[in-house]
Amino acid sequence: MKAFGIESGKIAPMLAANIDTDVIMPKQFLKGIDRKGLGKGVFFDQRFLPNGDLNPEFVLNRPQWNGAKFLAVGPNFGCGSSREHAVWGLKQIGIRAVLGTSFGGIFFDNCQRNGLLVLELESSLMLQLGEGVSSGRIKEIEIDLPSQKINLGEGEGIDFDIDSIRKESLIQGLDVIGGTMKLMDSIQKFERRHLMENPWLA
Amino acid sequence: MQTPRTLYDKLIDSHTVCELDGDGHVLLYVDRQVINEYTSPQAFSGLREAGRALRRPESCLAVVDHVNSTEAIRVEVQPDEGGAPQVNYFSKNCADFGIELFDILDSRQGIEHVVAPEQGFILPGMVVAAGDSHTTTYGALGAFGFGIGTSEIEHLLATQTLIYKKLKKMHVIVNRQLGVGVTSKDLIMSVVREIGASGATGYAIEFSGATIDALSVEARMTVCNMAVEAGARGAFIAPDEKVYAYLNNRPKAPGGDCWEAAVKSWTYLKTDEAAVFDREVIIDATTVQPLVTWGTSPDQAVAIDGKVPSPEAQTDPLKRKDIEQALSYMGLEPGTDMAGIAITHAFIGSCTNARIEDLREVAAVVKDRKVADGVRAMIVPGSSEVRVQAQLEGLADIFVDAGFEWRQSGCSMCLAMNDDVLSPGDRCASSTNRNFEGRQGAGVRTHLMSPAMVAAAAINGRLCDVREITEQ
Repeated sequence: MKAFGIESGKIAPMLAANIDTDVIMPKQFLKGIDRKGLGKGVFFDQRFLPNGDLNPEFVLNRPQWNGAKFLAVGPNFGCGSSREHAVWGLKQIGIRAVLGTSFGGIFFDNCQRNGLLVLELESSLMLQLGEGVSSGRIKEIEIDLPSQKINLGEGEGIDFDIDSIRKESLIQGLDVIGGTMKLMDSIQKFERRHLMENPWLA
Repeated sequence: MQTPRTLYDKLIDSHTVCELDGDGHVLLYVDRQVINEYTSPQAFSGLREAGRALRRPESCLAVVDHVNSTEAIRVEVQPDEGGAPQVNYFSKNCADFGIELFDILDSRQGIEHVVAPEQGFILPGMVVAAGDSHTTTYGALGAFGFGIGTSEIEHLLATQTLIYKKLKKMHVIVNRQLGVGVTSKDLIMSVVREIGASGATGYAIEFSGATIDALSVEARMTVCNMAVEAGARGAFIAPDEKVYAYLNNRPKAPGGDCWEAAVKSWTYLKTDEAAVFDREVIIDATTVQPLVTWGTSPDQAVAIDGKVPSPEAQTDPLKRKDIEQALSYMGLEPGTDMAGIAITHAFIGSCTNARIEDLREVAAVVKDRKVADGVRAMIVPGSSEVRVQAQLEGLADIFVDAGFEWRQSGCSMCLAMNDDVLSPGDRCASSTNRNFEGRQGAGVRTHLMSPAMVAAAAINGRLCDVREITEQ
């Protein structure tokens, strides 16, 4: 997993509510057995016209937001299907963080497992940020995860909260499974007792 | 004395291997996992690359459901070539790692969330995770089920645990009786509409009350299944005699003394009287009407005698834009009566509503009637066993006589990952769970509703109140 320290780049607005993982990664891109080629599928029905050309109207195709590393998103972004393909695809087009008020729970966890930073911000802050990004006043930002700060330029900044377990994992780019494997003695001990007390679970 | 606890607290506490921090993260032991062909391949590749073993194959059940064809004649070779690599790799993974697999030709194959309860694989008090958001379904049996992504599947397969953050707790209490022609689908759609598509984000929901008690176990599955459409990462109902009766003698349920001991232990699976929830929602079941969605999010729903809403009524500019966008996609004008909107397709299927009771309700509506001209109507049973049962009961004949396609089991047009895909501009009355843009095919317009309401729409050729048809 790619570590997340201090990252800077363009931020693009996608402020509609309930942008679901079907929209982020349509069904026709789900049939692989690896993670390859999902960059093509991200927001496919919005990003491309029926003839296959780029849709110039789509936010990430506009010159000012093309190549964005961050997305300012509306409430409940990533709701719906559990498909991790949505997160793999976002990573493949270079998205490093999404900023919003609320997120689909499975999407949130999937991002965390893939080193894509999800920041949950207060709705008043998010409203200001969304307006700034949409109007073009805020073009580039810097996210400093170790210091838990977003630098908006011109001396403006936002402090954010994040659970320390998530923060450390992202900063270090940890192999989470490897970490849990170190607890295998506790798992085995728990399991023996659990199955003895509830033999129908064995 | 111990602090009073909710059922959720009890389920999490009894599965906590250890606490990981002071922010509510625990290492959670998972009793069972159900895997499918489309969200698991990269998890197995991860295990292979790291040289890791599968921790507990006997906790795992594998079912092919998302990409398989639902053509009436079932063959091993799938007409949709796109799905074959996943089915083949799934089969190889199950063989290599020693996992029981219900493949396409297995008589127990079906949609994972229909199959797992049907086989008695899910029991009260279990913690269950699966690579599918509708794993919440298992809450109807008093188990705690939740959906996870592929990386989490890999973690689970390797360790039988997940790193889990405890949720807030919501209590949804439903009292009084549902009206005639009003189903548990209408009830859960009302809840989703009431609290919104993210109203339960960060929460686990416990449903209780006289209405819930009166529901069958299958009807409860519909409720728990669709709670995820309000953002809930878990939804459950305390198990009762109905649940025990449902599970008793199922193939994978315990038998004999073990069954007796299990039932005795399950009677403790309930919220303590003085336990505190973070949020409470009270619903009067008599106010629930048959609902249909008008938009592209499951909370955008209205009673069948209602109208398409007007964006003008919304003062928040962002929310107004969302409604405008939804109506533009759906091709609907504000103020239009929902009843009377013409459909091109009717789909009955999915883990939400394709169990035998759902099919019985559909048969009651379509018996001695015909699907309207110009409507393509399909029924995809929730499992191969449901299909056989419906045939034995004579339901399949009723469907075929009425002009429905009677198909094999799978997720099918709920998410249209297989070859059951509609075309741009098609309008489908659907017993499924998501009306997202493009869900049933690019440019396809989906209206969610109960199976009985889909049946009524199929007969009428237009959205209509099922009670008007059945009273004729």
